[in-house]
Amino acid sequence: MKKDRRGFLKLAGCAAAAGIGSSTAFHALLRGEAQAAGLQRAGKDKEKAATRLGMAIDVNKFLENRGLAERCIRICHDIHNVPDFGNPKDEIKWLWNDKFENVFVKDTHYRQSERLLGMPVLTLCNHCDNPPCVRACPTKATFKKADGVVGMDYHRCIGCRFCMAACPYGARSFNYRDPRGKDRNGRTFIRELNQEYPARTKGVVEKCNFCTERLAVGQLPACVEEARPYEAMFFGNLSDPNSEISRVLRDKFTILRRPSLGTYPSVFYII
Amino acid sequence: MYGSGRIIPALIIFVGLMTFPIWHNAGKAQQPPQIVLPTQYDECVRDPQFMRESHMVLLHEWRDDILRKSGPRSGVTPSGMRYERSLQKGCVTCHSNKETFCDECHNYTAVVPDCWACHLEPTKEAI
Repeated sequence: MKKDRRGFLKLAGCAAAAGIGSSTAFHALLRGEAQAAGLQRAGKDKEKAATRLGMAIDVNKFLENRGLAERCIRICHDIHNVPDFGNPKDEIKWLWNDKFENVFVKDTHYRQSERLLGMPVLTLCNHCDNPPCVRACPTKATFKKADGVVGMDYHRCIGCRFCMAACPYGARSFNYRDPRGKDRNGRTFIRELNQEYPARTKGVVEKCNFCTERLAVGQLPACVEEARPYEAMFFGNLSDPNSEISRVLRDKFTILRRPSLGTYPSVFYII
Repeated sequence: MYGSGRIIPALIIFVGLMTFPIWHNAGKAQQPPQIVLPTQYDECVRDPQFMRESHMVLLHEWRDDILRKSGPRSGVTPSGMRYERSLQKGCVTCHSNKETFCDECHNYTAVVPDCWACHLEPTKEAI
């Protein structure tokens, strides 16, 4: 094709205009994309929610009261039909004890008290204000509710485990086996079924639900109900300055799990 | 016709076998499912025709409303009966026998819902 000078200049002009225009359009679109990917802080521009449920755990009270953490875990797992596969690889955890150094990653905090090493710390889903699991879920099976609880709809879960990869706290467990089955010795994985609550099926992810079903009928989460007499756990509305949790957070020194990630956890630790 | 001695009888046998379900069931009326209804109440949460056609839609609405929007966990019928908006804590308290209620129609219409993979069936003691 023969091209004269005039034709070439027109084409070059159009290409330049398209180049400049598309980069502007790209940046305009990327802003939304960046927000969707959580690159900006989610809580910053958001107006404060009327209800944001949160929890505080006093690690020392659990050290003083031996067996309290185990009782809390037992009650939680019993009422929610959480199976015990008797195998750490397949373990299903809603509420569990972990070592201090695993719960609070050292990062650049290069010298810590010896007594902290190996100290058991009760952990659960942090019900983050900016939950990475919710962003990762391709089916919206996990979602953030208006009261701040990160909920799950097991009906929608396709078992892709993206949420498990996204969660920096290991708070999600996958049912590699049928939770209502039995092991080789005939032991049922769920010790005793609670008829008031459903079980799960093989191939879905599960996690702590902050006892949504108990909150709906005016009860406290089961673990808090057990630990409250020992003042080891506190629960309430973080947005209400007069709530018990707000009072505790004002008075005590608390830390969060991996705050640098920007997930804004709702579970605080009194060390 | 070549080979008609074998082809025609074979065709008759073939057609006979293929139409076996038709002539075997001829004259017999198919029994509709006979579900056992609970006796303690004379109404359900909605009218029977709605429940027959759309109970699954209702269950899904309850689920989405309660799980995602913290909707109410119980409801009231126009006649004032209070009920739990829950399969396991609501429906099953009246319809306590899965075999004579759920399975009866589901088997008839050959649908296999997987409700009971997670939700607990009503136990024999509860009946």
